[in-house]
Amino acid sequence: MSDAKIEILEKIRRAVPPRPADRAVEYAGIARRYRQSGTLDRAACLDLLEERLHDYGAGVYRASRADLPAAIDRAAAARNKARLLIPGALPSEWPVGRTSRSAFFVMSEWLPDSVEFLPAESATYDDMDRAEGALTGCAAAIATTGTIVLRHSAAEGRRALTLVPDYHLCIVFANQIVETVPEALRLMHAAGAQLLTTIAGPSATADIEMTRIQGVHGPRTLDVILVV
Amino acid sequence: MSVRVGKADRAPAFPGAAKRLMGNTQLRQNVRRATDTIRGKRAKVVAEMADWEELRDAAHEIKEHTLRHLDFYLEQFETNCAGAGGQVHWARDADEANGIVIGLLRERGQTEVVKVKTMTSDETQLNVALQAAGITPHETDLADMIVQLGEDQPSHIVAPALHRNRAEIRQIFLKKMKLGELGDRPEDLAAAARTYLREKFLRVQAGFSGANFAIAETGSICVVESEGNGRMCLTLPEILITMLGVEKVIPTFNDLEVFLQLLPRSATGERMNPYNSIWTGVAPGDGPREFHVVLLDNNRTGVLADPEARATLDCIRCGACLNACPVYRQTGGHAYGSIYSGPIGAILSPQLQSMEHSRSLPYASSLCGACYEVCPVKIDIPEILIHLRGKLVESGYPPLAERVAMKVAAVALSDGDRLSAAQKLARLCQWPFEHEGQLRNLPGILGGWTAFRDLAAIPKESFRDWWSARTGGKDA
Repeated sequence: MSDAKIEILEKIRRAVPPRPADRAVEYAGIARRYRQSGTLDRAACLDLLEERLHDYGAGVYRASRADLPAAIDRAAAARNKARLLIPGALPSEWPVGRTSRSAFFVMSEWLPDSVEFLPAESATYDDMDRAEGALTGCAAAIATTGTIVLRHSAAEGRRALTLVPDYHLCIVFANQIVETVPEALRLMHAAGAQLLTTIAGPSATADIEMTRIQGVHGPRTLDVILVV
Repeated sequence: MSVRVGKADRAPAFPGAAKRLMGNTQLRQNVRRATDTIRGKRAKVVAEMADWEELRDAAHEIKEHTLRHLDFYLEQFETNCAGAGGQVHWARDADEANGIVIGLLRERGQTEVVKVKTMTSDETQLNVALQAAGITPHETDLADMIVQLGEDQPSHIVAPALHRNRAEIRQIFLKKMKLGELGDRPEDLAAAARTYLREKFLRVQAGFSGANFAIAETGSICVVESEGNGRMCLTLPEILITMLGVEKVIPTFNDLEVFLQLLPRSATGERMNPYNSIWTGVAPGDGPREFHVVLLDNNRTGVLADPEARATLDCIRCGACLNACPVYRQTGGHAYGSIYSGPIGAILSPQLQSMEHSRSLPYASSLCGACYEVCPVKIDIPEILIHLRGKLVESGYPPLAERVAMKVAAVALSDGDRLSAAQKLARLCQWPFEHEGQLRNLPGILGGWTAFRDLAAIPKESFRDWWSARTGGKDA
């Protein structure tokens, strides 16, 4: 143990008041009277998420599973995107279903032909910087705060994929939507997430006169397709 | 051990600095406009939360519990962070922390580092130490960049360049980024920052960050931000160093559900800030290959030892108390002479420096209580201000004249006859300064009051004289 560590821990032990022997019992006794789950039904949750995503400057599309390829095509065309990077695997939810085959080839079977999809697995950061955008899934979405949650599993890609490219098109399935922040974080913790990124709208700043300005270092444009 | 909080030990006392800054109408206008905006946004999104008070209560309890068991949670964090491939270093003071960071960068031959906004490294003056060691720090938060490029000091713990308006920022960027032309819309300024920093994000191989929360249970770190510059610094470099005060640890991952609801609504008036990053040690195939954490004391343990003031360490640095404070809103942050300004700075800065510097700050408050009302972790700042004033009086802080005046007042006010005699004396002495029943331009230390407002003159007849005349000297 370093001298500094020994000294700091000793100072803490001298400084703190007498404490209960059972720390865990004391911790469990912390009153948590705040809302830990939602009350809205699925349709209301979906509406709320859409409204909040709009509020923070994201573009929002709704599509059925069958219409998903067309919705991707529509979203990409609206932003003039001809080529998008895609992560290394598919969410099991995606239309082609569960498969262990290379995602890129599987995805090309149903992804719209109008857009060229490039596998991001081998892309360098410079490649990502030059890319037009990225298409990914997500791990959860929080309606109350209009937040997308990524835990960087294969369907969401490594962290740089949804950061370096200037455009992020994210697909959210209705059953991934929760109403409150506690529900989403508990889901992620239960899934053993080691990495977690939450996204609420495109990158932004309030540093100039405390006014929210969209588009600084992260993707300047965020579109979300809600699959219902 | 030498505890340093930025350059606070060399700062002038608050009253003089405040008076000087109050003369800067542009600065006052900038501060007023920015704090008005953020207060409005905060009030709106806080009102949306029916369980806001319950969240505040839980946050307060979690923080108090953590401080009581701080030794345990720090060691638990270290074990779990190390288990995930991170390395934890402990630093007693600012110099030791800076030395660890410089050592790590030097051993790896790094001459540049991209930095995420962190108050803690402003506290240790890391940038000064890095430059002295031949390492160039690049601040990447827009506001920190404005401060760094403008060779300025931060004036707010969330928005350090809050005292600058868009026209001033444009001038700084034009000069320092060597741009030919640049618009003055905020969008133009943000775009200039994006272009300027993108090259550095892709090239520089060392990143540095602070932390909003360190999770003992998992060994994870959480950084809350808006621009994506944080994610860039946390993701793209090969080596990442994170420095945080020992009070930033929280027990479990689930505790984040409380703080990640309170912090964005309090800090920037958003339901959720654009980005939160949580990571655990080193993730294979994703992000830095090497991760170090520096746990900084810098006399936080000294603050912990004072039972009446230890709640100061509950602070999650949201800045809501600054925006709400009628004193801060008049003076801005620079008057406090510390990187920690506003009400929280007024209690944190002097305590970190063992009450030896920033001694005027506990008096930089009218004790109105607005700071406590908005504090997401319910720190009773007015109570702590009074407690610290008491400590300062015991150590002989207020100037002799003020202490003598207070003693005289105590003698006069404790006895009816003495009060009456004092009133007679005052009535005699006040005539040169009286004008239409108001006193103006009083001499000496009394002038501190009348320089900014009038004081009602002592009337010709006191209530006691009037009562006594009315009842003929008998009690009613």
